Parts: sequence; C-alpha cells; structure tokens
Amino acid sequence: MTAVVDTLRLSAEEAIGLVERREISAAELHAAYLDAIGERDGDLHAYLRTVDEADGTSIPIALKDVISTKGVETTAGSKILSGYVPVFDATVAARCRGAGLTLLGKTNTDEFAMGSSTENSAFGPSRNPWDPALVPGGSGGGTAAAVTAGLAPWGLGSDTGGSIKQPSALCGNVGLRPTYGTVSRFGVVAFASSLDQVGPVAKTVRDVALLYSVIAGRDPQDSTTVELPESVVLPRAEKLEGLRIGVPRQASALDAIEPGVRAAFGAALTRLEELGAEVGECDLPRAFDYGIACYYLIAPAEASSNLARYDGVRYGPRSEGETYREMVERTRDTGFGDEPKRRIMLGTYALSAGYYDAYYGQAQKVRTLIMREHAEAFGRFDVLATPTSPTVAFPVGDKAADPLAMYACDLLTIPSCLAGLPGLNVPCGFSEGLPVGIQLIGPQLSENMLFRAGHALERALALDLVPERLR
Amino acid sequence: MNEVTWEPVIGLEIHVQLKTRTKMFCRCPVGFGAAENTQTCPVCLGFPGALPVPNRTAIEWVVKLGLALGCEIAPRAVFARKNYFYPDLPKGYQISQYDLPSCIAGKIIVPLHDGEHKVGIVRAHLEEDAAKNIHVGGRSGRIGGADYTLVDYNRGGIPLVEIVTEPHIHSADEAKQFLQLLRQTIVELGISDAEMEKGTLRVDANVSVRPAGSDELRTRTEIKNMNSFNHIGRGIEAEVARQVEVWESGGSVEQHTYDFDVSTGSLTARREKEEADDYRYFPEPDLVPVEPPPELVEQLRAELPELPAERIRRIGGALDHERALVLVTGGLDGLWERTVAAGADGVAAANVIANQLVGAGVDPAAVDAAELSRLVEARERIPRKAFDEAIVRVGEPGFSADPYLAQEAVSDTASLEPVVDAILAANPGQVEQYRGGKQGLLGFFVGQVMKETQGTADARAVSELVRAKLDG
Repeated sequence: MTAVVDTLRLSAEEAIGLVERREISAAELHAAYLDAIGERDGDLHAYLRTVDEADGTSIPIALKDVISTKGVETTAGSKILSGYVPVFDATVAARCRGAGLTLLGKTNTDEFAMGSSTENSAFGPSRNPWDPALVPGGSGGGTAAAVTAGLAPWGLGSDTGGSIKQPSALCGNVGLRPTYGTVSRFGVVAFASSLDQVGPVAKTVRDVALLYSVIAGRDPQDSTTVELPESVVLPRAEKLEGLRIGVPRQASALDAIEPGVRAAFGAALTRLEELGAEVGECDLPRAFDYGIACYYLIAPAEASSNLARYDGVRYGPRSEGETYREMVERTRDTGFGDEPKRRIMLGTYALSAGYYDAYYGQAQKVRTLIMREHAEAFGRFDVLATPTSPTVAFPVGDKAADPLAMYACDLLTIPSCLAGLPGLNVPCGFSEGLPVGIQLIGPQLSENMLFRAGHALERALALDLVPERLR
Repeated sequence: MNEVTWEPVIGLEIHVQLKTRTKMFCRCPVGFGAAENTQTCPVCLGFPGALPVPNRTAIEWVVKLGLALGCEIAPRAVFARKNYFYPDLPKGYQISQYDLPSCIAGKIIVPLHDGEHKVGIVRAHLEEDAAKNIHVGGRSGRIGGADYTLVDYNRGGIPLVEIVTEPHIHSADEAKQFLQLLRQTIVELGISDAEMEKGTLRVDANVSVRPAGSDELRTRTEIKNMNSFNHIGRGIEAEVARQVEVWESGGSVEQHTYDFDVSTGSLTARREKEEADDYRYFPEPDLVPVEPPPELVEQLRAELPELPAERIRRIGGALDHERALVLVTGGLDGLWERTVAAGADGVAAANVIANQLVGAGVDPAAVDAAELSRLVEARERIPRKAFDEAIVRVGEPGFSADPYLAQEAVSDTASLEPVVDAILAANPGQVEQYRGGKQGLLGFFVGQVMKETQGTADARAVSELVRAKLDG
C-alpha cells in the first residue's frame, strides 16, 4: 500500500522525515510524485522526461535539463542535443545521487538556458501552475513549476542572469543563485561560463539551504570552484536585529516595476523592519544603468564560443552535407533555435577583431566597476534587497516576439549575477493573485546570512504558496 | 654594376609537445602507439559540460623552459580561447595563451663561427594540441577535396609549448643551428623528446628578404610542413630565392602560407579559404589565471643545469666553434670533457667522439672516459682495425683498452715495403698522375695499403714510405 502523501504541500524536509521514519519508502515516494506528474504535468509541461524507477534511498529530485545525467538523455532544451545521453554525471548530479536522492526527471528549460519564460525550449513551453495561460519564468521554468505544483519536492536550476531567481519569483517558491564558484559547473551544459551557477529551488528556505549543503563546495573537476569557508547552517526562526538592508535607489526608481510588485515589496520591507532589520537606501548607478548592456555582451560572447562544439561530429543529430563546412552549417542551422542563433551572432560580433575593445573589452571593465559598486554598498549594508522580477507572471506569447522586452525581465537579477554574488528569491506577497518575490543579495559566500534573513521573513509572512486552482 | 645583395629575415614559430604523463586539461594518458581514439575522455572530446583542469607539471615545465630561454616569467598568465571550426578541434576553440603568455622577452645566444648571434624570444606559451586529421581521398591531402576525414583524438589535448622568435635570423644555416641548440636545450630539460619526425617538434618559418644593410621589414610569408632540420634549411633557401627573384623582377611578395614539398623541394601556396583569420580570442572563463609562486620560479631557476649555449661558449674556447656545436647539440660534450680531462687531445677526442663513436652507435653515457682517452692517444700507434674494434666496444661494461693498446701497428719498412711496391705497381695511372702534381692521391695509396694489410699497418709509416718511393 502506498502511503497517501499530499505532494502539493510536502516540503523536502518533511518528505525526508517520512522516509527516515519509514512511513514511506523512497520508491513509494518516487511513485507518488510520478502520479502527481501524470495528473498535472499535462497542463504544465514542467518535465521533458521522467525516470520510472527510484534509484536512491531518499527523496526524489528534479534536475534542469542542462545538468548531465549518466544514462538519462540531456538536451538543454535544444534539438541539437536531442537523443544525447551523457556517459557521465555532472558533479551536482553525482552529489545528489551520493546523498541518496532519486532522479525524478529532467525539467524543461529555454534552449541552452537562454530566455526568461521557458518559451524558447525546442520542446514547447512550460506553464505557470498559478495559471497555465501564463509563463513560469525562465530559463528554469520547468523546475520552478514542478516545485510549486508539487511535482517534485525540490530541484536544481541553473542561473546565468536570473534563471533560478526569476522563475522562483513568478511561481512563488524559494530559489538560490549561489556565490559564483561555490557550486561545480562540471557536466552542466554551458551557456556563459563566467556567469553560470547551479542552485537549489524548493518550497522553503530551509529546504534550499539543505540542498545547497549537498551540492556546494570545491570540485577538483571545476577549477573555478572554492571550498565553503563555513558549513551550511539550516536557519531557525529568529529576529533580524541589527541586520542592515540596503535598497538600491536606482532599482526603486525603475518605471518597469509594476505597482502591485512595488506594493508587495514595500510591505515585505516593512515586515523585515518589524523583525528588527534596519532598512536604508544605497546607490548602484552603474549596475542598473549598464548591467543589461554589459550582460548582453559578456553572456553572448561566451555563449558563441561554448556553443561552437555542437557541430554534429561527435554527438547529437547531424545534417549531412557535401563538405565538412556544409555539414556543420546545416547541423547548426537545423539544430539551434532562434535565440541561440541570435546570441551566437551577437557574441561573435562582440568578440570580432576591431570590435573586441569597444564591446567585450569594455563590458569586462564595466563588470569590474559593478563588482566594486556592490562591494562599496556592502560596506554599509549586510544585505541588498530589490523585487526579483519587475512584473508578475505574464501571458505565454506576450513577449516571445520581442527579445528586448524579454531581456528586460532580468533587469533586477542581472547586476548581482555580473558581480558573482549570491541571491535568494523569497516569496513576499501577491499582486493580482500572482506571487511576487523579493531578491536578497549578499556579499560573496554569505549564503548562511541570506538563509537566516529569508527564513525569518518567510516565517513572518506565512504565505500560502499553493496555487488556488490546485488547492 | 649596382647589384643588390639580399639579406634574409627569418623568424621561427616552434611547437613542442611536452612529454607529461597526462594531457594538458584532462587526465588522459599521453603516449604513442595507442589505438585511435582510446586515449580520450569527455573533456578532450568536448562533451557538453566537460571542463578543463590544467596540468600542474606542464605549467612547471613551461616555466622551466622560459627560464632556460632567458625569459621573464609572467607572475600572472591567462589562458584564452582561440575560436575556429575544424574537425580536429572538438570544442570549437583551442585553449591557448594570448595577451598574457607564461614567458616573454627571452633570448638564445647562438654561437656561430663568426661570433655570437642573439636571437630574441618573443614569447613561450602553453596550449593544447589539436587532434590528428587524416584526410582520405582527394589529391590535396587537405580537407578540401578529401572524400572523408578521419579524426584521431588521442593527440587532442596533449600539452604544447609554442615558442615565437624575433626575426633575428639571417640565413637558413643560422636557423638550423638555432633550432639544434633549442632542441638540445629542450631535450636536456627533460620536458620533451622534441623529435621532428614524430611531430613532437614542429617548426614554421616566417621569411622575408631585404637589401643588405637596410633595417626595413618587407612582407613575409609563412612556410609550414617542414619535418626535419634539413627540410627547414631547404625550405627557407627555396623561399628566400623565390622572394629575391620576385623583387628583382620588379614584383612584390604577397603575404601567403606555403607548404614545403619535400620530394620536389618546391613551395605550394595554401588556399586562403582554409585559413580563418579572426580567432576571436578572449580569456578562458573555465580557468583561473596561472600564478606560479615566486619561490617555485626561483627554485626552478636554481635547478637549471648549465645550458647548451653556455657550454658551447665555454668549450668553444678550447676547440673550434663547429666541433663545439656538434658535440653539444649531439649531447656528446660531457664525454668529450671527461676524455680531455683524462689526458686526450681536444681535437682528436672531438673527432673520435663525433665521428667514430657516434658512427658505431655507442651510447656516450656508457663510455669510460679514461679508457677512451687512452685509445684516442694511441690511435696512430695501434692498428686501425684494433682501434675500430675498441671503439665499438668502448661502451661495454668493464671495457679495458689494454688488449687493444698491446697490439702494435706494423711500421717496419721491411714488412711494409713489399706491399707498397705491389700497390704502386698495380696502379701505374695514379702513380703517373701523382708525379704530374696530383699530390692528393697520397691518401689513395695509403688507403690501399691499409686495406691490403687489413688495418694492421701504421698509417703514418705507410704514408712516409709511399711518399719516399714516389718522390724519390
């Protein structure tokens, strides 16, 4: 007899408790989530594929399809990798297996994690559990939708300019983009190497912290990783006495922020003050004036190089041609969707002789300034806060034809990504019945502090984050 | 008459494959002879998500090489991506170093017969080798026109050092001597076998010419595909001659890449289409900068042995330059020094070591210098045959020169005279020519006598006897 579990409300911690107390087996829990997926994922398309059998001793996990899983197809949402079955696990996947987690399935993503709505997936868009007419955000819309809809207790996403934080905000769950270098990128299909970072998505801050403790730390296979200076501490309910929170003036001034989002964010700041935090204003002028431009030079430049390996020679589908060049061109023409092509062109241009200094080189300098600006702000504040997304979830199709409007979705998440800083999305209220998230940014390696702040806020707000239509 | 003398201006680009145990950015083994595509992994095959991890030994070795070349060692070197599409490049980019290489601004002093020449080293940097393409079918031997191309990724990712010289070389001969010296330096550092035939040492030359005495730099061409020192010499000479002819006939040299065809000695221009010219370099974001600790650099500097160029300069004082170069670049000067220290004459010892010993395939490291010295000193006194036999065995364990030195060469006139007479009688034509003034034939007669006596005669005694008979 399979124990009846309500996957909609079950946190990962609670699920682990059930398994540890042997109230349910890992296999039964896995099956329960598969049932939920069978029931609800038809509307949502959070998963690209599921794994039938539990292969671990603990609870299940959903992995974004940019994370290589040995023996399980990994496409990064692209036709050019359809049918590609990795012969090795990404380090994060291996660490999850090592912790006994069972792989539930691979979740949908914008192609090569390029997008803010999951509409750029070559395998069709995912939908928002609050309203399937709306996008779940992106690129990690699949993982975020799965967690909110009870189709996974938790999952891993990857964040380059907001792909964990923004979908978490739009779906109403907790997502962490960790400090750059704390989580291995080995085996994670690369988009922009100097920005890509894998991170956890879950229903609660404690779950996110727990999963972060599983995946974080130095990996000899990724030279850019570091050992955590202190172990991850699961946050407990507490006051936030003395915590100094800075709100960037330039972020507040953005016209793009919807009034409902602004109101929910403001109310969350008030709640943080009630918990003992001191809220003040800070300045990040370059981060918000130049952040997007800087990001859209660096990320496509790196992407144009990272995506060069998809040539049809060694793996993935191949379109034949008369010559080597023709074969590569046809393979790439049919294999890549519009957004990767757009970014390959942008990036190739930005790196070309004669343009490098004006574009890529200049962007690197601006990036250094943005890092410095953040470091200065952290001289006065412990945490910086902004809304995570300027808007709530928007209708599928709304921005699909307008790349610039889509790029603006990441206005608020991009600056701290450029600076390599950790950012935590915590649900902080609703606007028009849809979740709004607050983004808490800390200095490098300050994840434990973000967990404390996020957890205290989450407890104080006590929001019901199960979509009404599923309650 | 107002004829222009042309001076070649040559710069070299040298690739050296390091003999580290594993590849540059993954832990696949490095080695020859393995079956195709068996020394590969997700990293060197460029699988999605695979990341490079640098080889510490390769980084130490490039520092070592840089120090040996008198370079400044960069406190911070940065790996960069060189982007282009080719089937031998699985990632679509090669990890190399670009604006911040590991070693810069060095020099090698090449001792030449007319003095010391300084060849500046612009840079030495670390990169990964490309895989090996085998183009099947078609005539060009290149990808355009081939029926298909096979790729062996075993070579892909092997550590490679690229060394770029200043255009300080002014003849094919100088280029060869520079390369011999460089090669010997690399071999002695123990970082590569540096064998051109195996492709662990590859050389491209940038060549231009200018009127002698001017310091202008005219358009240069690049010559590739030269796989021995002799081919390099021939390739450069052919290109210099071609350029001189172009200038002298009123034309102008165009920037091109040429392949040197060994069989015909000719140069073929590459089709431009095969060359990408914009590599879109940018810092490799998957790697952190290389920052060798100063203590390590100083330790490696202190461990440097006395280098070939220094040794040529040192022993060249006691010996002529040519012999010093041959000894040092052949790795023979150590034995020479020990042999001379044991009492042998310098020039004689150099000749014996560089000619007979090497010709007999004796490992110089196995030779007891004291015994060799005794042989060198006795070589005119003992029978040629005994000497030759002794040289073949001089590397054997426990070798003693005694039994060979005990053999006396036949030098008494009574024994030699009949043989000499017989040889002279058998070669009346040569006798006549000698008497007509062709003194060089003396060697011929001596050789014939030595042959007849199976090497037991004393060459000097034979020579005197022959001369006495002919001149008398």
